Amino acid sequence: MNLLDVSNLHASVETDDGPQPILKGLNLTVKAGEVHAIMGPNGSGKSTLANVLSGRPGYAVDGGEAMLGGKNLLDLEPFERAQIGMFLAFQYPVEIPGVSNMEFLKASIDSLARARGEEQPNTASFMRTVRELAGSLDLDPAFLKRGVNEGFSGGEKKRNEIMQLLLLNPKLALLDETDSGLDIDALKVVADGVNRYRSESNGVVLITHYQRLLDYIVPDYVHVLSNGQIIESGDKSLALELEAKGYAWLT
Amino acid sequence: MSKSSVDDLVEAGSEYHAGFVTDVESETLPPGLDESVVRFISARKGEPQWLTDWRLEAFAKWREMREPNWAHVHYPPIDFQAISYYSAPKSQTDGPRSLDEVDPELLRTYEKLGIPLHEQAALAGVVPDPAAIGTPAGANVAVDVVFDSVSIATTFKETLAEAGVIFCPISEAVHSHPELVQKYLGSVIPQRDNYYAALNSAVFSDGSFVYIPKGVRCPMELSTYFRINERNTGQFERTLIIADEGSHVSYLEGCTAPMRDENQLHAAVVELVAMGDAEIKYSTVQNWYPGDENGKGGIYNFVTKRGLCAGPRAKISWTQVETGSAITWKYPSVVLRGDESVGEFYSVALTNNRQQADTGTKMIHMGKNTKSTIVSKGISAGGSENCYRGLVRISPTAQNARNFTQCDSLLIGDQCGAHTFPYIENKNNSATVEHEASTSKVSDDQLFACQQRGIETEQAVSMIVNGFCKEVFRELPMEFAVEAGKLLEVSLEGAVG
Repeated sequence: MNLLDVSNLHASVETDDGPQPILKGLNLTVKAGEVHAIMGPNGSGKSTLANVLSGRPGYAVDGGEAMLGGKNLLDLEPFERAQIGMFLAFQYPVEIPGVSNMEFLKASIDSLARARGEEQPNTASFMRTVRELAGSLDLDPAFLKRGVNEGFSGGEKKRNEIMQLLLLNPKLALLDETDSGLDIDALKVVADGVNRYRSESNGVVLITHYQRLLDYIVPDYVHVLSNGQIIESGDKSLALELEAKGYAWLT
Repeated sequence: MSKSSVDDLVEAGSEYHAGFVTDVESETLPPGLDESVVRFISARKGEPQWLTDWRLEAFAKWREMREPNWAHVHYPPIDFQAISYYSAPKSQTDGPRSLDEVDPELLRTYEKLGIPLHEQAALAGVVPDPAAIGTPAGANVAVDVVFDSVSIATTFKETLAEAGVIFCPISEAVHSHPELVQKYLGSVIPQRDNYYAALNSAVFSDGSFVYIPKGVRCPMELSTYFRINERNTGQFERTLIIADEGSHVSYLEGCTAPMRDENQLHAAVVELVAMGDAEIKYSTVQNWYPGDENGKGGIYNFVTKRGLCAGPRAKISWTQVETGSAITWKYPSVVLRGDESVGEFYSVALTNNRQQADTGTKMIHMGKNTKSTIVSKGISAGGSENCYRGLVRISPTAQNARNFTQCDSLLIGDQCGAHTFPYIENKNNSATVEHEASTSKVSDDQLFACQQRGIETEQAVSMIVNGFCKEVFRELPMEFAVEAGKLLEVSLEGAVG
C-alpha cells in the first residue's frame, strides 16, 4: 500500500484579493522506505503543498485527494493529521516563550500516545531519551529548559525540528526547506538526522531549493514542481541537471 | 479549512461556572444613599460611636469628591442612588454564629462553589468541580466567608487562637479588639484616598480582620471568600491585616457572583500593615462574573488595596490572578517606609470578550535600601481592553532604593487592546530603577506549530498562556497555582469551536 497518495490536488491560498489558486492538479505517490525530493522555482507551490497537507489555516482545498496510510488527510484537523503520523519540519520554526522545550515535547508525545491508545512514556526515561537525542544533534541539553525556539539561532531551530522528527518518529516526514539558512556544518547535522530517521517503514518528502542537500540525503525520486503541477520526475540525476541548467528548459 | 485558528478561539464566549443564584430570604435596604443609610449600617452592626462618626466623616468627604475618570475604561455613569448598600441573608441577621447554625442553603452555596466550610472536609483534599476553581478547596486553609454584606462563617478559629492569631469578621473585631481596629482602620488608606475608598469607608459592611502577634508564623493559610448574591446590591467589604514584628502570614482571597444582566458594584478596601521583619503574602484569585460575550452585565471591580511596610526589613507581596469582572480598576500598592523593606507585585490579568481592566501597582519608596519588584502579565482576548498602570516613586529619603519592573502583554486575536502606562518619579539619584516591557501575540503560527505536533487546540492555547504567566504562578501558594492555571483555561474556554 502507498504511504502517501496525493491525486489531482487543487488548492488555493486566501489573500486580501480573494483566493489565489496555487496547486492545480498535483499528483504524488510515496511508498514506505522512499525519499522524494520536490524542487521548483519560487512561487511554484512547494510550501503550499507542505501547508495544505499538514492543514495550516489560510488555505482552501478546491479538489482532489490526499491519503496518508489510507486515511483522507483533508478531512482531519491539523492535530489529527499529526496523530496519524504526519510530521512537518517547519521552514520558519516559531518561538513559544515560557513553554520549555522539554514541556512542549512531553505534551506532544503524550498527545500522540493518547490518540493512538498507547501508554504515555514515563517522565524520567522520556527526559533521558530527549537529552541523549539533543546531544547527538550537537544541541546543548541546557536548551531543553529554554522556551521553545526562544532566542535560538537559525541553526538551532532547524536542529530542534530534526530532534522532534527523531523523537516522534512519524510515518511521513515533510521537510519544508529545512536546509535554508544553514551553514555547511549544520546542514550535515540535519542531513545526518534525516538519514537516521529513514527506514523501510516510513517516508520522506524533502522540499528544497538547492541540490546541495541532496548530496547528503540521497533521494529515490526527484520531482519538479512548476505552476502547481509536477512536470518532471526522475532520479537524483535530475537534481544535478537542474543545478546545471536551471528550470527554464522544462517550462 | 481548519476550525482552530486564533479567530475561532476568541469568537466563542467562555463559560462561567459560578453564576448561579442562591435562594435565601434577605434583608435588603432599599436602593439609595444618604446619612441615614450610613447610620443604619452602623447601627445594624451595633458599632461604637467612634466608628459611626468615622463613617459619617467619610461620607461627608465622599460627597465632595468626584468619580475618577483617568483610567482607560469606559462605562455609563453609575447611579449611586440605584444601589442597595446593605443586604444580608435573614437567617444571619443576629450576627455571626457557629458553623452548626449557618443556614443550610448558604452552606450548600459554598459546597457548590467548592469552599470547604466544614473543617473536616477541608482536610479531605477533594478535587474541586469547575465552579470551585479560584477557591482554596481541598487545602488546609482557614476560611472567612462573606455573603453579600455579612460574614457568615469563619473556620478553624480555635486552632488559630492557640497560636494567638486573630482571624474573624471585621464586624466582630470592632467589638472584640476595638483598640486594634481603631488604631489601624484607615491608617494605610485614609478615608479620602480616592472616591471609592471614601465610599467604602462610609458604607463598608463586612470583611476579614487578621492580627498575627509578634514572632508568630501563622500555622495555616488564611482565606476570605467573597460572594455577591442579591440583585442590585453593591459589595463593600473591608479587610485589615496586621502582622506584628517578625510575624508571617499568607492570605488568599477568592470571589464569585451570579450571572446577571445588570452591572453590580464591588468597591472593597484592603489595608495591610507589616511591622519590622514581618511578612505578609496576599494572593487574590478574582473571578467575579465578567458579563456575557456582548458585555452585558458583570461586576465593576473598583478596589483599593495598599500595604504599609512600617518597620525595617518588612515585606509585603501582592500576587493577583484577575480573570473576572466586567471592569477592573485596581492597584495593589506598597508603601516602603521601613529601611530595607521589600515590596512585590506579581499580576496576571486576563480579559476576554468585552472585559476591561486597568490594573497595576504603586511602589512608594521612602526608607533606605528599599527594594521593589513588579511583574505584570496582561492577556487580552476577544474585544477586551487590558491596561497596566504603575507608579514607582523614589522619595528623597530613599537612599539606594531599587526597583525592577517587567510588563508583558499577550494578545489573542486582533480585536483586543493592550496598553502600558508606567510612571516613574525619582527624587533620589542613588536609586536604581529598571523597566522592561514586551507585547506579543498568540499567533496562528504558534497554535499551528503545537497542533502539528499532535497537541489539541485548547491544550495548545492553555500551554502558551500558562508559559506566558509562569513567573507569576510560581509566586502563588502551591494549591492555588494549579487552580489559577485551570481558571485561565476556563476563562479562555468554550473558546474552541
